[in-house]
Amino acid sequence: MLAIKNVAFRAAFLGAAALFHVSSAWSGIPIQHWQQASGAAVYLVASQGIPMVDVQIDFDAGSRRDPPAQAGLASVMAAMTSKGVRAAGGDVVLDENALSEAWADLGASFGASAGNDRLSFSLRSLTYPDLLAKATRLAARQLAEPSFPPDVWPRERERLKASLREANTRPATLAGRAFAKAVYGEHPYGYEMTEETLDRIEVADMRALHVRRVLPCHAKVNIVGAVTRAQADALVSQLFARLPSGAPGAACPALPAVAEVAPLGAAVETRIPFKSAQAHVLIGQPGYKRSDPDFFPLLVGNYILGGGGFVSRLTAEVREKRGLSYSVYSYFAPGLHAGAFTLGLQTRPDQADQAVQVSREVVARFVAQGPTAAELQAAKDNLIGGFALRIDSNRKLLDNVANIAWNNLPLDYLDHWTEQIARITQADIKAAFARKLQPEKMVTVIVGAKP
Amino acid sequence: MKRLILCLFPLLGLLASPGASAQTPPRAEQFTLSNGMTLIVKPDRRAPTAVHMLWVRVGAMDEVDGTSGVAHVLEHMMFKGTPSLKPGEFSRRVAALGGRENAFTSLDYTGYYQQIPAARLEDVMKLEADRFARNQWSDEEFRKELEVVKEERRLRTDDNPRAQLYEALHAATFVESSYRRPVVGWMSDLEAMTPADARAFYRRWYTPANAAVVVAGDVDVAQVRQWAQRHYGRIAAHAVPPRKPRTEPAQAGLRRLQYKAPAEQAYVALAFRVPGLQSLQVAVPGDEDALALTVLSAVLDGYSGARLDRALTQGPDRVADSVGASNGLLGRGPQLFVLDGVPAKGKTPTQVEAALREQVARVAREGVSEAELQRVKTQWVASEVYKLDSVFNQARELGSYWAQGLPLDASERLIERLRAVTTEQVKSVAAKYFGDDQLTVGVLLPQPLDRSRPPRPQPTGARH
Repeated sequence: MLAIKNVAFRAAFLGAAALFHVSSAWSGIPIQHWQQASGAAVYLVASQGIPMVDVQIDFDAGSRRDPPAQAGLASVMAAMTSKGVRAAGGDVVLDENALSEAWADLGASFGASAGNDRLSFSLRSLTYPDLLAKATRLAARQLAEPSFPPDVWPRERERLKASLREANTRPATLAGRAFAKAVYGEHPYGYEMTEETLDRIEVADMRALHVRRVLPCHAKVNIVGAVTRAQADALVSQLFARLPSGAPGAACPALPAVAEVAPLGAAVETRIPFKSAQAHVLIGQPGYKRSDPDFFPLLVGNYILGGGGFVSRLTAEVREKRGLSYSVYSYFAPGLHAGAFTLGLQTRPDQADQAVQVSREVVARFVAQGPTAAELQAAKDNLIGGFALRIDSNRKLLDNVANIAWNNLPLDYLDHWTEQIARITQADIKAAFARKLQPEKMVTVIVGAKP
Repeated sequence: MKRLILCLFPLLGLLASPGASAQTPPRAEQFTLSNGMTLIVKPDRRAPTAVHMLWVRVGAMDEVDGTSGVAHVLEHMMFKGTPSLKPGEFSRRVAALGGRENAFTSLDYTGYYQQIPAARLEDVMKLEADRFARNQWSDEEFRKELEVVKEERRLRTDDNPRAQLYEALHAATFVESSYRRPVVGWMSDLEAMTPADARAFYRRWYTPANAAVVVAGDVDVAQVRQWAQRHYGRIAAHAVPPRKPRTEPAQAGLRRLQYKAPAEQAYVALAFRVPGLQSLQVAVPGDEDALALTVLSAVLDGYSGARLDRALTQGPDRVADSVGASNGLLGRGPQLFVLDGVPAKGKTPTQVEAALREQVARVAREGVSEAELQRVKTQWVASEVYKLDSVFNQARELGSYWAQGLPLDASERLIERLRAVTTEQVKSVAAKYFGDDQLTVGVLLPQPLDRSRPPRPQPTGARH
């Protein structure tokens, strides 16, 4: 069962076909939300069908908060949390291998990663009571007491540096780096982890970051699986039990603001010579923030422009009509800041200029004219008709719940999602794209075109 | 699935009583339509969606020299129309139904799928049956799509040094077996491919007795069966052509190859010829070894900090930045056990090769511990539960087992057989299959990145 009330969930969808034209209010995915005394905000979808649970804990400690000289700090700190836990509360030290074996023996997993915005810890476990209790206890240790072993970090740093050097031999890497730099300028979204920034990171920096940011009062905890609200509440309490709790009633430390992405002043075209079987092309500019009121028109519009698989305008013009590329796409990456609009393709080096020209024309025409009525209808048919495919597993539900929690969206966001799509007009999309995209001021990066 | 979940208790040795009330998911059912086509249905009522797949038991291994890649080119052309659908119209129809779709080609099989709201299942069955029976397109469409496929090859292989190494490694490992050719095809064969090549391959292999429809999700089995008979069951059939065995002869001596490509890191892969699993229903010599080899690969590399990781990538004098072990186990052709690694800074592929082989030799000498064996089995049993979360993956697994000729309950049988493997068997296969004579070693020799060097010479076949 995906939802707490399977019957209600199914009833909501039996009329899915009717949703094309009807904005019916229906009881959808029941997300339960509460706050613990620690300040942790909990979001739960109880889904009893499979004896398993997924937990994702998000903190505002993603790489946008990295010091520029230590770009990559949040990422490597996250990775190093799996390299061992220290002795505490009567529990002995576990080195990286003992910790990994303990997880394998439970048939469970726990790990951390950092994106631009979020530092995320993820637990997956079976829900048999004794197993889940042990997995929760081990996760609590790893969350609160990572040892950041000083002998392991130099090794991991060497491995990372070697993989960076390897990645830098690929045209796709060079294109991505040049693009991020040109689009984001000095903004943290454009920070690049390099051998030099890695050399400036020590375990003391990781420890300091961990102590400063991994605080229950900043946590958004998302849970999907075979647990009740009471079990979920206890699970969260246990997960945070080993973190220092602030003084009762004390305010959660405020986080400093991060600057916004600056708009581009003029078009930039970067050509990087490279001998490869394909040229790699990226075209784009800063996009929009997740909180932008244009979110839905931009979502639908980009489906039409370059997001909709085999049926987008870009795929039709670049791949289907001209056979220029296996893959051509566009996407927005809205976050706490204006993540980029990105158009990407790869093509034989002697065709790069033609592919760039065709792609630019497609974007410019779309921004100037917006979609046709038929295109808009086709997009709505797909997005509304296929809504259930966005939430038909625990894993997908977890992504959606975490999105709602992180972006402070209403708890009934998913229940009204199809209505939001249904009301978008051609004019909405045209206006939103005109506000967000300036084809005459975009960045173009071309790596490996035939001169 | 109930049976498997119950198996957890003694295995994990952790559970006082069965707590969570796991419902028993409905089992998959299999039917044969009147024209010989197979239908497999797996109900999963958690959400009102379904996945529909059409599997054809034909892949790159069924190609012949000169037209390598044609199975995959045909997969692309299947989106290019029928007498009643213009090029691209198939995808537009699926999108309008709210669906997502794609297709895949491997050495052993070709598959097409749509994920759709369950209420749209019959619509995609009609569409898929139409193109399975009546795929049709112009030479001009073929010419354009062939360029797309060449771009796919450039993307996946030609600019990817390790992919190129594996292409060369398979070409050196197999002599008679068509596993020696890349799925995407050699560029020269793509340059020379004609519309007639793809049409002939389609007529030869796309026949009901060589295909299976797999449906999983919020569906009623009897209803799906009725729709399948109506839309697929009437497709005219011809016999599946005989397949030449092209049995790979025994390898009698070590083979080595080097591949030079612009890269920073070296890389080494050791491919050992091993038995693949032949049956889950009857006893076949070699099958116990195939299963024990899979347990061996998990003991070596099944979790971080497993034997290879610990011995090669840790400590002050570590030889590797990363390592791996995998056993083929299942496939229509000959199987390989592959050890691989990326040398650490200052270390050589030769050192990595020796260290990898030493870890296998150690198992052959000393065996593995009961704790290691239990650990990898625990992970498999847990993953049997986790995999229930994805309807798509369930359908994909059912389809791939069918393509290998395995029974409907292959997954459960496989887990049971793996759980029965003993430490003694693991030790025994480590001693048996890892000598020099059935080994092919491929080494990637990194070349400096010279941005002004002339491009790699390309085949000069005519462009269409």
